[in-house]
Amino acid sequence: MTVASPIIGAGRPVAAPTIRGTVSRRRRAAGAVVLLGLVVLVWEGAKWLGGDPWRIHGTVLGIRVDYEHFPAFNWRIADDLSLPHVWDVIRAFVDPAQRNGPPLGLILAGQALFTFREALTGFALGGLLGLGLGILFVHSRLAERALVPYVVASQTIPILAISPIIVVATQAGWLSVAIISAYLTFFPVTIGALRGLRAADPRAFELLRSYAASGRQVLRQLRLPASVPYLFAAFRIAAAASVIGAIIGELPSGISDGLGSAILNYNQYYILGPEKLWATIIACSFVGIAFVGLVRLAESLLTRGRYRPVDR
Amino acid sequence: MNAAAGSASPHVVETHGVGKVFETGDAAVTALDGIDLTIRSGEFVSLIGPSGCGKSTLLRIIGDLTDPSGGELRVNGKSARQARLDRDYGMVFQAPVLMDWRNVASNIELPLEVMGFPREDRARRSAALVKLVELEGFEGKHPWQLSGGMQQRVAIARALAFDPKLLLMDEPFGALDEMTRERMNLEVMRIWRETGTTIVFVTHSIPEAVFLSTRVVVMSARPGRISRVVDVDLPQPRTVDTREEPRYFSLVTTVREALRAHLVDTEPLDDLGDARIRAEGIS
Amino acid sequence: MTRSSRLSSWLPALLLAVVVLALWEGASIVLGLQTFLLPRPSLIVGKLVELWPSTLARGIAFTASEALVGLVAGVACGTLVGLATARWRTARETLVPIGIGASTVPIIAFAPITINWFGPESMLPRVIIVAVMVFFPTMVNTIRGLTQVEPAALELMSSYAATDRQILMKLRVPNALPFWFTALRIAMTLSVIGAVVGEFFGGPLYSLGIYITNQTGVSDYASAWAAIVLACFLGIAFYFAAILLERLLVPWYAAREAAR
Repeated sequence: MTVASPIIGAGRPVAAPTIRGTVSRRRRAAGAVVLLGLVVLVWEGAKWLGGDPWRIHGTVLGIRVDYEHFPAFNWRIADDLSLPHVWDVIRAFVDPAQRNGPPLGLILAGQALFTFREALTGFALGGLLGLGLGILFVHSRLAERALVPYVVASQTIPILAISPIIVVATQAGWLSVAIISAYLTFFPVTIGALRGLRAADPRAFELLRSYAASGRQVLRQLRLPASVPYLFAAFRIAAAASVIGAIIGELPSGISDGLGSAILNYNQYYILGPEKLWATIIACSFVGIAFVGLVRLAESLLTRGRYRPVDR
Repeated sequence: MNAAAGSASPHVVETHGVGKVFETGDAAVTALDGIDLTIRSGEFVSLIGPSGCGKSTLLRIIGDLTDPSGGELRVNGKSARQARLDRDYGMVFQAPVLMDWRNVASNIELPLEVMGFPREDRARRSAALVKLVELEGFEGKHPWQLSGGMQQRVAIARALAFDPKLLLMDEPFGALDEMTRERMNLEVMRIWRETGTTIVFVTHSIPEAVFLSTRVVVMSARPGRISRVVDVDLPQPRTVDTREEPRYFSLVTTVREALRAHLVDTEPLDDLGDARIRAEGIS
Repeated sequence: MTRSSRLSSWLPALLLAVVVLALWEGASIVLGLQTFLLPRPSLIVGKLVELWPSTLARGIAFTASEALVGLVAGVACGTLVGLATARWRTARETLVPIGIGASTVPIIAFAPITINWFGPESMLPRVIIVAVMVFFPTMVNTIRGLTQVEPAALELMSSYAATDRQILMKLRVPNALPFWFTALRIAMTLSVIGAVVGEFFGGPLYSLGIYITNQTGVSDYASAWAAIVLACFLGIAFYFAAILLERLLVPWYAAREAAR
């Protein structure tokens, strides 16, 4: 009966979130390996067919090898500048980024840590804001009606559109990036909290009502515990969003640290080393996957045995 | 569909030594063991028993929704699978299982669409069935706009839509309140008289079983077996007054004692085994 | 739900907007604030009107086309892959986790690569990024919608001896539609974000993303805000288009949700 509900609905028809079991975890890992293999196959396949010619010349395992490969086609997308060899990208992590400097992998690890700090701060800020808004909306119909449309609208706005202004306005360096990250984070948490805080069995609400429990007691004893699976589902989405927010937020910030800045930097000097940009993007993916992995870990540590486990 | 095959045998359902074993990780649960049951055309047979006695499983084996682990089974003189492929039976589940995207009329027409009935025929049949289950005026409503009893009546109408000679009902009124349930019982009686369908009816309720059936099959659990068959010789047609007759009460007592007699010499209900069967998705 | 009650439940939100805009405008005038970073609404609207014919109309058309083409391509691929694989257990149990996992990868970071491939002036770099971004949620929700069917409904169809095709058309597809539309809502929003953010890495000067960045760079915040407002409208318009489409194509679902 609310008008808000058809809007909030991101993810409505999805069943109530459940705690995952080990079977699906193994399958997930297998799936990731298969996907990775496929990507490498397509990648090198394209280069084999339409990349630049290459040659192995030297002694491998005591055997003299002299092999040249001339691809049948000449695709612009598959040349060494557009699509460096997989092994070149991997080697880029180990090779020094600059002459006599530390290896790129080490530099990227530092940048990743910097970005992760921004994302984590943004995640914490956005998470608290989202949870607070959820609690507010559950208790005030007026607030829900007045604000929820804007909460939804806030996510239809391309964040980059306002991120330069946020960076200039706050003058807060990496903290302003964290704010942009929080902007992306609070939405899934708000929605998840709103659903979760209402998810408990209606009869349980009546039970607490029969005890003449206060609103605060209902929140503590019923709403919050019932919302935990929903909140963790939201946290997983929020963690991924916070990393994206941090990377995007760094772009206009002028900060020289972080993976976003590294992307800008290696993009500028792409011709000198395309594999460095690829390596940076891979590092971005690692940060995203690692953060979500941390949330999953926290989830399984905190919820195992307390919530109904379901394998899906 | 296959009228010739159906009329070949007077027995609608015939089972010999049908059994069912569920393999659950560490142990096997025998849900059914040595079921011999013959149901003649036009009968109303109730299967009753404690949870875990396999009555629903038996019904689902008859409907070819589960395979038996052993024994022989003929439905309308054919294999259960062939009977299902020939659309020989209609099924009513405990939940109404209506499609949210269809209204009452088109929910009733679902089996007709699947079976390729022409459009006019579908409309005619669903109109007649809406009348039969007394839902006139609700044809355009969607499931969530109906009460539980109304939803279950739609499910019954849907099961009757293609004139099956056999109706399998799995605790169809289990989720309804007592008063709605008694009204629905009268309706099922009326439909049974008017259509001449053979009905196999799974229930937990002794009064319901006695009131509806021509025969009550009492089952015991672990392993699921038929412990007694009670012939119900109450006169037809059965009405509200049937429930006041002394014969009705004595039959209720007979069935209750048949159930209890077996409970005494078995172990107390083992909830774990029940949960295992449920986890297999059969219940 | 009647029309008037729908309007009245929107009222608090509308009122809030009016009050905030009025306060903002009023405070800027009365207090004489130098609203350098956040110009007052009337100034932004003025800029919007002024710049519309010369640059903004062209910019929004370009950015919207990128988003739309990428959206259609990505959603079409996601739906087809979902339809093609949902029936194989191994395939879907591999693909769904991959699809979920893909959302943890900042796909937008690949934008510079696609721009290096096709050049900044082409639409293709952003189209590809948008398509990849929307592909995964569409595929995941299509597979879920096709497979998360009530088991009893499958038994019902099986009791009718329905063919696989009938089960697909009469049960699985209708069941999947709400899931699919949920994905479409997400995809609609993602597509605008992907297009605008993708432009940051390179694009024609008039495209919204580049324009906003450039105007911010030269501290012309009123013009930047005019473009930001447009980008916001684009996002909101896409979102409401998804809702409208959903109401038109699965009316029973909206009605059921409203009845809850």
